[in-house]
Amino acid sequence: MPKRDDLHRILLIGSGPIVIGQACEFDYSGTQACQALRREGYEVVLINSNPATIMTDPDLANRTYVEPITAEVVERIIERERPDALLPTMGGQTALNVTIDLHKRGILEKHDVQLIGANYDAIIKAEDRETFKRVMAKIGLATPLSRLTRTREDAVKFLEIVGFPAIVRPSFTLGGTGGNVAYNREEFERDVDWALLTSPVGEALIERSLIGWKEYELEVMRDLNDNVVIVCPIENFDAMGIHTGDSITVAPAMTLTDKEYQRMRDAAIRIIQEVGVDTGGSNIQFAVNPENGEMIVIEMNPRVSRSSALASKATGFPIAKIAAKLAVGYTLDEITNDVTHVTKAAFEPTIDYVVVKVPRFAFEKFHGSDPTLTTQMKSVGEAMALGRTFKEAFHKALRSLEIDRCGLVSLNALDHYLPEDGPRQDALERVRTATRAPHPDRPWHVADGLRLGLSKEELFTATHVDPWFLDQLEELVLFERQLLRHARKHPNADDTAETLTVPFQETESRDLLKDAKRLGFSDERLAQLLATTAADVRAFRKTHLADQRVTYSRVDTCAAEFEAMTPYLYSTYGRECEARPTNREKVIILGGGPNRIGQGIEFDYCCVHAASALRELGIETIMINCNPETVSTDYDASDRLYFEPLTEEDVLNVIDVERPMGVVVQFGGQTPLKLALPLARAGIPILGTSPDAIDLAEDRERFSALLTTLGLRQPRNGTARSDEEAFALGSRIGYPVIVRPSYVLGGRAMQIVYDEPSLRLYVKTNVLTPAQYPLLIDQYLTDAVEVDVDAISDGTDVVVAGVLEHVEEAGIHSGDSACSLPPHSLAPALIDIIREQTVALARELHVVGLMNVQFAVRDHDVYILEVNPRASRTVPFVSKTIGVPVAKLAMKAMVGHSLQDLRFTTVPPIRHVAVKESVFPFTKFGNVDVLLGPEMRSTGEVMGIDRDFGWAFAKSQAAAGLSLPRAGTVIMSVKDGDKPGTLKVARRLQALGFTIQATRGTGAYLLKHGLTVETVNKVKEGRPHLVDHIKNRRATLVVNTVGTTSSQADSLSIRREALHQNLPYFTTIQGIQAAVTAMEVMTKSSLTVKPLQDYHPT
Amino acid sequence: MRNAALLALADGTIFEGRALGFHGETSGEVVFNTAMTGYQEILTDPSYKGQMIVMTCPHVGNYGIAREDDESRRTWAEGFIVSEASRSPSNWRSALSLQEYLVQHRLVGIEGIDTRYLTRRLRNHGSQVGVISHVDLDPAHLRAQAKTLPSTTGRDLVGTVTCASSYEWKDGTESWPSYVDADGQPVPVPTRRFHVVVYDFGVKHNILRRLVDEGCTVTVVPAATTAEAVRGMNPDGILLSNGPGDPEGASYAVPHVQDLLGWRPMLGICLGHQLLGLALGLPTYKLKFGHHGANHPVMDVRSRKIAITSQNHNFAVTMPSVDPSTGVFATPWGQFAPTHVSLNDECLEGLAGKSVPVLSLQYHPEAAPGPHDASYLFRQFRRMMEQFHA
Repeated sequence: MPKRDDLHRILLIGSGPIVIGQACEFDYSGTQACQALRREGYEVVLINSNPATIMTDPDLANRTYVEPITAEVVERIIERERPDALLPTMGGQTALNVTIDLHKRGILEKHDVQLIGANYDAIIKAEDRETFKRVMAKIGLATPLSRLTRTREDAVKFLEIVGFPAIVRPSFTLGGTGGNVAYNREEFERDVDWALLTSPVGEALIERSLIGWKEYELEVMRDLNDNVVIVCPIENFDAMGIHTGDSITVAPAMTLTDKEYQRMRDAAIRIIQEVGVDTGGSNIQFAVNPENGEMIVIEMNPRVSRSSALASKATGFPIAKIAAKLAVGYTLDEITNDVTHVTKAAFEPTIDYVVVKVPRFAFEKFHGSDPTLTTQMKSVGEAMALGRTFKEAFHKALRSLEIDRCGLVSLNALDHYLPEDGPRQDALERVRTATRAPHPDRPWHVADGLRLGLSKEELFTATHVDPWFLDQLEELVLFERQLLRHARKHPNADDTAETLTVPFQETESRDLLKDAKRLGFSDERLAQLLATTAADVRAFRKTHLADQRVTYSRVDTCAAEFEAMTPYLYSTYGRECEARPTNREKVIILGGGPNRIGQGIEFDYCCVHAASALRELGIETIMINCNPETVSTDYDASDRLYFEPLTEEDVLNVIDVERPMGVVVQFGGQTPLKLALPLARAGIPILGTSPDAIDLAEDRERFSALLTTLGLRQPRNGTARSDEEAFALGSRIGYPVIVRPSYVLGGRAMQIVYDEPSLRLYVKTNVLTPAQYPLLIDQYLTDAVEVDVDAISDGTDVVVAGVLEHVEEAGIHSGDSACSLPPHSLAPALIDIIREQTVALARELHVVGLMNVQFAVRDHDVYILEVNPRASRTVPFVSKTIGVPVAKLAMKAMVGHSLQDLRFTTVPPIRHVAVKESVFPFTKFGNVDVLLGPEMRSTGEVMGIDRDFGWAFAKSQAAAGLSLPRAGTVIMSVKDGDKPGTLKVARRLQALGFTIQATRGTGAYLLKHGLTVETVNKVKEGRPHLVDHIKNRRATLVVNTVGTTSSQADSLSIRREALHQNLPYFTTIQGIQAAVTAMEVMTKSSLTVKPLQDYHPT
Repeated sequence: MRNAALLALADGTIFEGRALGFHGETSGEVVFNTAMTGYQEILTDPSYKGQMIVMTCPHVGNYGIAREDDESRRTWAEGFIVSEASRSPSNWRSALSLQEYLVQHRLVGIEGIDTRYLTRRLRNHGSQVGVISHVDLDPAHLRAQAKTLPSTTGRDLVGTVTCASSYEWKDGTESWPSYVDADGQPVPVPTRRFHVVVYDFGVKHNILRRLVDEGCTVTVVPAATTAEAVRGMNPDGILLSNGPGDPEGASYAVPHVQDLLGWRPMLGICLGHQLLGLALGLPTYKLKFGHHGANHPVMDVRSRKIAITSQNHNFAVTMPSVDPSTGVFATPWGQFAPTHVSLNDECLEGLAGKSVPVLSLQYHPEAAPGPHDASYLFRQFRRMMEQFHA
């Protein structure tokens, strides 16, 4: 069928900020959909509150609304734009939920907007668990025994039927907020309460546990002619009981016979037909009993998902792009396979390699959180790798994680010699304990178990990891043992403490080393095993194993049956290299690796822009990255894509084949930046700012000297290489101080310390030794305003692209604070000083490309906190606010274009305000304090843009999921230092009509200054106390600021409860001040929406 | 290297790998199969007689061997070539490992070679013959041997795989139904029974099982059975099965097919389809490297519906030239129409008679291994018999 010509304008809903469970994959799908629809001649109207996305680039959609994704806002957009259709399947759960809301309110009907892709009935059939169960029963498929409940009592009754362990899930929640596993009555009741609270409709699902069953996912596509294809079967390494987002997953499915697979495939086809997803992709999950093959349907997502992004990258079949075309009426046979150019999209990819995805966790950021993996997703990112075998892909995936592990390393020092008794016994105990419960390190402990000789049977009982996978790990461990035996002078001497040598002169040993590379061992891992250095292993291989080179194979969707026209490549040690590099002028761009806190989509955005800038200049672009969620790993985003780990070895391998004119390290965040010096040492040209300048900015001592030269001020600081040095430094600088280990991004383990005892405690609990990672200690500037500046330089001229004033005070991580562009309170004179200093720094560092500087302003003094000569997290936000593609220009400057040539010498004045707000994953981590601090914990960000600060801030809050109240009761409990500020806020709130409740101290202060206040008890003061009020939903707003550690502990329950109730809460005075400003404008004028294209008319 | 093995192709390419399966030496035409599951069904498919199979799937043997998954009474492939064979299988139905199974069936194989490289060679240069040896590890010698091997063109391989005498078949697909209703239940077996005679050119069990599912009484007869003998059995329908090699090699069956055409409803599958083509006067030709896999899209040109199909053939029937206005071509048995085409390369995939009850498919509606999208065609064959005998 040809495409529909009755549709002209299509509304596309994005997924909003990056949260656990909804990450870059929806930028990838949204971007593909946008491009596909526009290429077909449709006008695309887009809404997404996340500025760090490629899809919100103003040249992607026709009309781009960076606005909160709520039914209210979408209705305004529909009124303004009058779209013919809405495509709700590209923006994750967010888009589906808003679509359901729009339908229920009759908005779609009223404005005659047709749903394409999936209709309302299909969405409900798939999303509503009870309906889904009924539908499955109708088509003869089993679902887990379950009951939907609205009360704890009812849940407990059903428990008698399902027994323990039982699964408890909230209904209708965002992608990541899955369920919990209860093993006893207490856990069960707690989980039920949590689920009832978390569910937006107050419903929980109690379900029979299938823990230990094998878990599978099928990506299914359907067109309007009822043709259905399965894009990829995925098998989970981790059995049922761990959220698939937190599981290691493998494609293709490994342990299903054809009969079992076809039964699953048949079921998937019946499901998509019966649910009625008209066109596009769906994801269907199955559980299979390993003992008898019984198959149960777990769930279906009637939309593209994280797994479909994975399946697209795993097979080369672009699900979202094709789904968008199917939505407008094409059938699968009418769409050409991009990769082969000769076959059609109507086929099922077959792959001749193995794909492994490994989740990336961030528990270290959430003190007090339990790292046990459950059915609720907690990982913040993922890395994917391709290899010719599972073993090779697994190794590559593990070293892609950016957790300082070069593969399947031993966590219990088992690489070499372990005496039989004491230590070995200890290690066994540790491993046994560690393998019993699922947690992020378990795969490594399983390998250690095998190293210690635990049987696969025992490990299977502990982990439920399929014996096939355990066998694969055992093969790796056995190989390590063989390698070690050869590496020692005496064969079979592996229980002596002999010194290790590398006697790889004999052919047999050399063959072994070749096998090691085929098994995916990195040089670094081999160096660990052979007690030498990675450089030596590499040098040895280059000299003595010259006939074994890394080769690149193409991802071709068809296991080599047809020629692949797209250079989408992965490394292996094979017989033929299919890279076929061109002779063009080319540049390699290093991506950012897996998402983690501190490094996310913003850097991927910058990499994609770098690629597109180079393409505009006719330079060939080569992307290296290992994050399957991203736009940068779309084979269309650059000329050539190497899906590879971002390690020195893997990157050098690509460079050897491609011979680029240079490598770009400054767009992908810390991951590629770390490689700048090693690559430069290997003689590889680094484009833009020199590695030495990067080091200068990172090296505290060199940097201090530089500031002194320039006459610039920084907080007093120093570096301590021992505990004692740290204490001495603390007293010299004067408390409070900020302390952290060096070379960590996102302020990992960073803390504000108010006195020496606290510093002693910090040093004692710090896991990184100061000798290895020196401690950086800085004076903490209290009550200072923090400012972020993004600038661009061509080596001669410097343009300050944006000066961003933080809403929260300095000391709160810049990635976690809200900020405003232009500044909402800074005096123009101070802004000028900041600009001048930025320019001076850029010149002194010879920056070519981007630079980010963090300033603190106290009174009239400007301090420099940090300089990063690279793309920063705020680049996309700044670009969208000022209407200039800053990253693109920087890339062009890096290959020799002057800012003059690029016609970017000043920033055009803007008449609007944009506020960036951070989004936190606190609901996913039980009992973690939500107080903001120097350690970054946000996963994503949103942008509010409007005519003034008030509205921009209001929109940013709404976009972050916080609905600011227009009236009601505010509960205030603040620290002494904040009382004057609180008074001002309280007066304004009273003027807005709020009733004020306050704890005794705060209340007394407010009363004294003439406000009407009801006093409430603190938790310790007897009941009812303020937490009771919050629980009873007596409050509509909470303001709680605290100082010392002990008062933080006392008031934790207030903040957690506000979080649970999804009640707007503010933990800084600056935050509530901004919120009150927003609430004031909200009463005076009404919400308006405006696309980016209207903010920056061309 | 321990347990070394070599594979030599007729073009001189040598692959060093590890011995797999039975210790020995073997030869045949090397073809690649891109299915990701179903190695056991593939190994026992008589259509692979004369061929050594390269699996493009990276790991083979993962789920072991289950007796009920055999597609005939033994393995037929001449050799088995994989990237990596699993040491220990994992599946609840597995009775033995791939290695044990290969040894049991005296099947010689090789693993540990770059199967993608081999596949790309076959794709670019066409299928060719080769030798696998665990005993003769002299590359030059093996290369010379490979060059002397005969190709499959024109050979009668059917004669080596067909049954010696006719027999009845009674089993259906039972616990693994491939044709289910919208409610997931196996489509009910109609009460009226039809007797189907199956010409065994190398028939796969699942064809027979699917006929039983459709309520048929099945008699399997040797490939050389005469039309007269078939008429004597008085069947309600005739099925021409799949089988190995070049249809020209089995051209002795053509006159009998011609004789039976139109007498009773007829279904041709794979080699059976090719023999039907020859019977209708359509020449066959050899494909460059054949179609072997479980992901081949076939379009029914009448409904534009697509089936993802299981395919395994090296020869194909020439696309007939048709009357552009009616889409049909004339034969001595009346008009026929091409009904199915491959979306990959526009090969002819199916034929149907306009006035005679004949249905003919190049692909495998019985799947095993592969998708069940085309399983409904057995029901269609049954309907043809119902209408014919109404």
